[in-house]
Amino acid sequence: MIELGKYAGTVLAAYGVSVLLLAGIVWHSVAANARARNDLHRQEGRTNG
Amino acid sequence: MSIWEYANPVKFMRLSGAILPWVVVGAVLCTVGGVVWGFLTPLDYKQGATVKIVFLHVPAAMMAINIWVMMLVTSLIWLIRRHHVSALAAKAAAPVGAVMTLIALATGAIWGQPMWGSWWEWDPRLTSFLILFLFYVGYIALWSAIEDPDSAADLTGVLCLVGSVFALLSRYAVLFWNQGLHQGASLSVAPGERMSAVYRYPLYLSMLGFLLLFLALLLIRTRTEIRRRRLAALQAREIRG
Repeated sequence: MIELGKYAGTVLAAYGVSVLLLAGIVWHSVAANARARNDLHRQEGRTNG
Repeated sequence: MSIWEYANPVKFMRLSGAILPWVVVGAVLCTVGGVVWGFLTPLDYKQGATVKIVFLHVPAAMMAINIWVMMLVTSLIWLIRRHHVSALAAKAAAPVGAVMTLIALATGAIWGQPMWGSWWEWDPRLTSFLILFLFYVGYIALWSAIEDPDSAADLTGVLCLVGSVFALLSRYAVLFWNQGLHQGASLSVAPGERMSAVYRYPLYLSMLGFLLLFLALLLIRTRTEIRRRRLAALQAREIRG
């Protein structure tokens, strides 16, 4: 069992905020990349006939 | 072979596509490993469990400053040599840097409340970090506000030069001003100040993880920017007929 003592709320809040922010930037980066790749493929398909 | 060859978007896409999976695997292993290892460390005799926050706070703060320095270097390359990939890399890095700065500020505030008895103090290092965050936000906003990408790269490059003063201040504020609450370097090697190995090794791993995570996100986001630039060029060509 992990011991956090009287600062359990403090530690969990710090980890929670950090994980949320990191997950957010990872999701944003991956989703934007997928969107750009699909848009470019569609446009190249149209341009090349 | 010269490093400038990778300023060619086609070569950059080929190389980054090949190394990206390895960087992603390394980033996941080291970040998760370092943070989980840090979470499992024993309680500190003074700080109790709040010592576990150091495994997020220090790597995030380190990256917040280093990402701005990386943006400074790539902005200078753009301003001097006009390589588009370097300008796009600076643009791609900024949101990651802003998130790292926000994590450092948030975890610092959460740690400070029980340890200092205050969420925030106008301490030199805290204040310079807040200003660095505002520079990140301004930099991102400036890129969005200017339609012509070359003009945007020029102006954000100049903003990056100005903001570098605060990036350096964030790093050395504790040394410049012998006042404020923030302690000195967490990884000091001075006798009697060295962090115990129990905390030091997970911190090293976490720092490596955050560095690799930034590299992975930088490659992904720069590839996104290159694709958007190519898409815009093809659409412009189509409109011209």
